[in-house]
Amino acid sequence: MADTENGTSAVAEPLDLVRLSLDEVVFVKLRGDRELRGRLHAYDSHCNLVLGEVEETIYVVDEDDDDTIRTVKKNSEMLFVRGDSVVIIATTT
Amino acid sequence: MLFFSFFKTLVDHEVTIELKNDLSIRGTLKSVDQFLNIKLDEIQVVDEVKYPHLSAVKNVFIRGSVVRYVHLPANAVDTTLLEDATRREAAAQANKAK
Repeated sequence: MADTENGTSAVAEPLDLVRLSLDEVVFVKLRGDRELRGRLHAYDSHCNLVLGEVEETIYVVDEDDDDTIRTVKKNSEMLFVRGDSVVIIATTT
Repeated sequence: MLFFSFFKTLVDHEVTIELKNDLSIRGTLKSVDQFLNIKLDEIQVVDEVKYPHLSAVKNVFIRGSVVRYVHLPANAVDTTLLEDATRREAAAQANKAK
């Protein structure tokens, strides 16, 4: 933990990468073929999140139409996400 | 404790909770505990035609673990304050790990 002592911006553990994404737009992959893109306002060690101006994309298999993949988009101004659904949190550039 | 405290500030606000079984319930947030179990008053199921089971129910207790999302009113959230609280919590966690 030496590099956390000489500066708070150092990446010493995985969640530090998430901390550096606060107030930035992040990409979040969730269980159940869902993805989110939104501004990260809060997180904790369970990967519970609060995102602002979120766009959710849900991938559904369309059984009527030859099992093609259809996407459903939803928007939310402020969203709490429970950490047990979270698979990946990625920064966007 | 961050999100426990956060949800306590949202008591008496209107929220929509989306469960992991795709059921969405709108209601007034009445209380929350450390597991993020939630009590909602004056509830309404968002897609009542598809889910008529709860149309007679006025208030519910939701186990925290079945929650997928909580849709919040943006004007009830101070994002700057929330980010600062998140940084403080992260720093506290890092100190504990040492």
